Amino acid sequence: MRQCLLILLTVWGGVAVRAESPNDAAFLATLGELREATYSDKASIVEKLSQAGHPSVRAVLTALLEDRLYYRNHDGEIFIVKSAEGDPLNLVDPVSLKDAGTAPADGFTKIGTNNALRRELKAGIARFALSSPDVALRLEAVQEMLRSLDDRNAALLRARLKVEKNSSVRKEIATGVALAALDGADAKARLEAIATLRQSVSQDVRNRLALLLDKSPDGAFVESDEKVRRAAASAVESIDHWRAFYSGIQTIFFGLSLGSILVLISIGLAITFGVMGVINMAHGELMMLGAYATYAVQVAMPGHVGISILVAIPAAFIVAGLAGVLMERTIIRFLYGRPLETLLATFGVSLVLQQAVRSVFSALNRSVVTPDWMSGTLRLNDALAITYNRLYLVIFTLIVFAVILAVLKRTRIGLDIRAVSQNRSMAKAMGIRTEWVDAMTFGLGSGIAGVAGVALSQLTNVGPNLGQSYIIDSFMVVVFGGVGNLWGSLIGGLSMGIVNKLLEPYSGAVLAKIFVLVALILFIQARPRGLFPQAGRAPEDK
Amino acid sequence: MKRRAMLAAPCLLIAGIGLFKAAAAPDTIKVGVLHSLSGTMAISETTLKDTILMMIDAQNQKGGLLGKQLEAVVVDPASNWPLFAEKAAQLLEKDKVAVVFGCWTSVSRKSVLPVFEKDDGLLFYPVQYEGEESSKNVIYTGAAPNQQAIPAVDYLMKEVGVKRWVLEGTDYVYPRTTNKILEAYLLAKGVTSADISINYTPFGYSDWQTRVAAIKKFGSAGKKTAVVSTINGDANVPFYKELGNQRVSAEDIPVVAFSVGEEELSGLDTKPLLGHLAAWNYFESINTPANKTFINQWHAFIKNTKRTTNDPMEAHYIGFNLWVKAVQKAKTTNVEQVLAALPGLETPNLTGGTAKVLPNHHITKPVYIGEVKADGQFNVVWKSAGEVPGDAWSHYLPGSKDIVADWVTLKCGNYNKITKKCSGQNYK
Amino acid sequence: MLRSWNWLVGNDRGGAWFLAALTVVTAAVPILNQALAPSSALHLSAYGITLIGKYLCYALLALSVDFIWGYCGILSLGHAAFFALGGYAMGMYLMRQIGPRGVYGDPVLPDFMVFLNWKSLPWFWYGFNNFPFALLMMLLVPGLLALVFGWFAFRSRVTGVYFSIITQALTYALMLAFFRNDMGFGGNNGFTDFKDILGCDLHSDGTRVVLLVITAIALAAGYLACRAIVESRAGRVMRAIRDAESRTRFLGYPVESFKLWIFVFSGILAGVAGALYVPQIGIINPSEFAPINSIEAVIWVAVGGRGTLYGAIAGAVLVNYAKTYLTGAFPEVWLYALGALFVLVTLLLPRGLIGLAPSRSKDT
Repeated sequence: MRQCLLILLTVWGGVAVRAESPNDAAFLATLGELREATYSDKASIVEKLSQAGHPSVRAVLTALLEDRLYYRNHDGEIFIVKSAEGDPLNLVDPVSLKDAGTAPADGFTKIGTNNALRRELKAGIARFALSSPDVALRLEAVQEMLRSLDDRNAALLRARLKVEKNSSVRKEIATGVALAALDGADAKARLEAIATLRQSVSQDVRNRLALLLDKSPDGAFVESDEKVRRAAASAVESIDHWRAFYSGIQTIFFGLSLGSILVLISIGLAITFGVMGVINMAHGELMMLGAYATYAVQVAMPGHVGISILVAIPAAFIVAGLAGVLMERTIIRFLYGRPLETLLATFGVSLVLQQAVRSVFSALNRSVVTPDWMSGTLRLNDALAITYNRLYLVIFTLIVFAVILAVLKRTRIGLDIRAVSQNRSMAKAMGIRTEWVDAMTFGLGSGIAGVAGVALSQLTNVGPNLGQSYIIDSFMVVVFGGVGNLWGSLIGGLSMGIVNKLLEPYSGAVLAKIFVLVALILFIQARPRGLFPQAGRAPEDK
Repeated sequence: MKRRAMLAAPCLLIAGIGLFKAAAAPDTIKVGVLHSLSGTMAISETTLKDTILMMIDAQNQKGGLLGKQLEAVVVDPASNWPLFAEKAAQLLEKDKVAVVFGCWTSVSRKSVLPVFEKDDGLLFYPVQYEGEESSKNVIYTGAAPNQQAIPAVDYLMKEVGVKRWVLEGTDYVYPRTTNKILEAYLLAKGVTSADISINYTPFGYSDWQTRVAAIKKFGSAGKKTAVVSTINGDANVPFYKELGNQRVSAEDIPVVAFSVGEEELSGLDTKPLLGHLAAWNYFESINTPANKTFINQWHAFIKNTKRTTNDPMEAHYIGFNLWVKAVQKAKTTNVEQVLAALPGLETPNLTGGTAKVLPNHHITKPVYIGEVKADGQFNVVWKSAGEVPGDAWSHYLPGSKDIVADWVTLKCGNYNKITKKCSGQNYK
Repeated sequence: MLRSWNWLVGNDRGGAWFLAALTVVTAAVPILNQALAPSSALHLSAYGITLIGKYLCYALLALSVDFIWGYCGILSLGHAAFFALGGYAMGMYLMRQIGPRGVYGDPVLPDFMVFLNWKSLPWFWYGFNNFPFALLMMLLVPGLLALVFGWFAFRSRVTGVYFSIITQALTYALMLAFFRNDMGFGGNNGFTDFKDILGCDLHSDGTRVVLLVITAIALAAGYLACRAIVESRAGRVMRAIRDAESRTRFLGYPVESFKLWIFVFSGILAGVAGALYVPQIGIINPSEFAPINSIEAVIWVAVGGRGTLYGAIAGAVLVNYAKTYLTGAFPEVWLYALGALFVLVTLLLPRGLIGLAPSRSKDT
């Protein structure tokens, strides 16, 4: 008995140990064809591989998708590498998926992909991912399969529906199964499918249902059953209605996010102008300094893009704030009471700052990476997607606003600032050191500009011209909201953003902007001091 | 009274010096460089100034030209179009340069054109542009639409199977002309106008949310959709960022751009851009000995191995070599004779082929389509069979398909084949 | 004539100097260009003539800004809009003059319209083939805009920084509008490639000289007109408005009307400057509307010395000359020099460069 077992074990072990079975040989041969194939041939080879059913297929396809499939130059052997970066490369045998040692990178050539091929690969990999333990991966796989819904995918989805436990994945699979059922022969099944699909708000579903209402070239309806047609028409109408509703919400969100940028770039200006009567033409350049500070922090912390943004916020505040204090102490201090002179002097400073950045960093734009937790979209449903970076921006703006408000209303320095802006001589008489308060106020306004620069770095170019693009807008918001009034800047900025975005789909971007500007001009006629005018006599009223 | 007079006199003297001819210089050949070093275009043009300085250096080390050393005269027109004309006049009339390498935007070129034509100067223009022009005094080393836009659309139609098109451009003449040509081309190929969407946004446009959402909607009608982007300059960065954020991947709706090269990508986070396309006549990633030498030379000159090379740099490389060859052939820097020597002249380009000067003052260039890689380089997915000759006047536009430019036999830049009349820029 | 000259020398030394210098330049330019051979060292090339012409046009613009700012306290950060409108009016005339010599050979439509597939001339282009009409438009359009904008603004008593910012909004909106290709004004490329004006070839030296002389005359006339207004009773009211607006209003003066007509006059002056600028430079495009141009005009006045009229002119010529020189001599670092200049002048020379000269002037 023991002898029998031993023989059996040896035979099994022998089978297991043997590196190549007939399956493996065929697999390797197909894999080898990838070396010399054109892109379209590669697509058919990928299809062949996924049909083959070899256990390593998934790993190979994933490697090819991620640009990690190489062949050795001198003998053409295919290898997966663990990471495309680094020399020497860590090799993995594609058949056994075991480590195969390391080798210098220049002895290997990558097997390239293009867009079409990557599409195929994603579709192929999705089928494997359908049974992945990770919910997000399963959901993505189902969505990928919905994009290419053929019989094979439909069958896989139906099979999966029976065992799927997660509700959101179940919903997606149900949609897919229903879509597939629309091609079925039974009218009742089609009606049921439409009843399921009615709940969706996806554009793809809507398109598919609309196809049912089409006529074929000879005039007859594609869908023969009238009840089915009516159900489809009503479903399409319902989906359209909901999509329009969500699209409206999305537009308002776009407006809020544009508005929150306007608010961020103007709060600093509102403070320096409102409190100190200084027209700061270098405000845009202070934002630029903040954006460059973000770039510098990212360069200094190469592996930690995620927290680099959070580190950049105080860094930008300090850098821009210091620049502001420097400006105040050396130049603006001598120009109080002459707002128009400060305009000119700060204009000169802005030119110097622009050129300085060009000399130190080069005239080219700098690349600022968006951290992973800020990229991507929050898909509330198929019709409403909110990009994370903009969402965080709106929240960030509100936080900054709240902090500034708290600083001004609750802290000692805030009290000093308000006192000096209301009645400078009296504040001085009370013992407040007005020069120091002035410097701090200007530093605060500049620091906020720097923080705005951090936000801008996530949305647009970081280059020497960053400031120029935003300075006009920030002046508009400040004037609209009422100089010196923070709530005015908040409401003014948000409303200008929303109006702009509401108009845009109808009139185009340029006309929407022009309209907002003209509306601003007319508004100022009606309320010459903005939304929330400064109480008391303005310094220029004599 | 006296003091003021004493102050005024030296001021007037210094002022006067600025306006009159420069004093007699040592025996050099002057080469003018007319690129913006400040303002919005500085990002793109500063590199080109450095490229010419590098070429001049290299030529001087080879012994100069016609026995004399080359001297660079660099001016900064500061992205200001009237200043371009003024600086061009300064280079030609005051500094008396033998040739000028410069300009980027079409506006800058159009504003210097009358100056070059009146003063009989020579300009080498290195940037891809919209065509519809052929001047006796300009050699166009950048791509005409048939050397960039049309092949890109062909690739998308044939290799990718695109059926619906979004033509997204910045609102100025280059995108407008290119889109006109492309629209005519697509309609001629059987695409219906319902499947073409054309849209323009202003320079520096940064809030792309609405527009990208509209592109997504247009692209979800069930047919494969692509975006042909003639968005220029600064607006590209927020556009690509928004594409990435709204999850418009290259596999779903590919975007092919004509104004995005290695330099622009170096200022961008390329993660969301993987797989999007660009069409040029040169990519830094093309592996030829000439290209490797050029890249090494550039890195040594600019003292930074991270700097990229791009298509307009290659255009200046070709243009400079063509000029040197023409001067050597004509044995003089006199513009008329150099212009006579140029058509037909050939010089190697950096991708293994040759660039030849055509009678219409364009050159022959190969066409490459590349996909963006994570490291900011391009992966070539298609190339033209050989070099494509540049067409100054597009065959697809009714206003220009009858017009031909020929400075060798016809001696005219806008010759109408039907009416047999020479119009427009007809300078002897 | 002699009496006015004596008056000038007695009361407005700066003005007298300025007019004298202008006469010298205006006389010298034709001689240096036409009488001397091109190879001579003192020959003034077309480049030089164009440069001086440009400086004079900018000087006229600066004059119009100083007129309302230095004497009436109205800071307009959008005056380049009037400059550009006058320029566009002249440009439209010059475009019509090209006729069939354009790239596409159309006798009526300018090239950019043929390119946009337009079949006929838009209504606002009618009449620009006629020089007197175009001349009228060069004065009317900037004047009308100034009238409408000023009426709304001054009536609502918009002052100070609010006024300045809405003038920025105005010029920025105009810039965006003119950049649109659909507007019918050439879009981003603007108007270029002009051939001739009133039959004279724009590229010939002779025409350039004549244009320069006309600009100089316009500048002198503008200066004298401004000086006359400023020295009159109206001028005293202007200064009163500048120094104490509410008080002046309470004293019964129609402050809004004063400001409005001064603003319109200034707008027209700027329009004339723009109209003379375009044929000399050879191109007009929407970037002339850019807010930065208006700010630069104010800078010239501040550097030169505001509230003196001749200071504005001096400032415009000096700053622009500095720019020309620096962008040629130090192309990499000229912004530092210019920026530093502005800061130093504002800090150390509150009365501008004119403040450097010893003053015997009356209280301005």
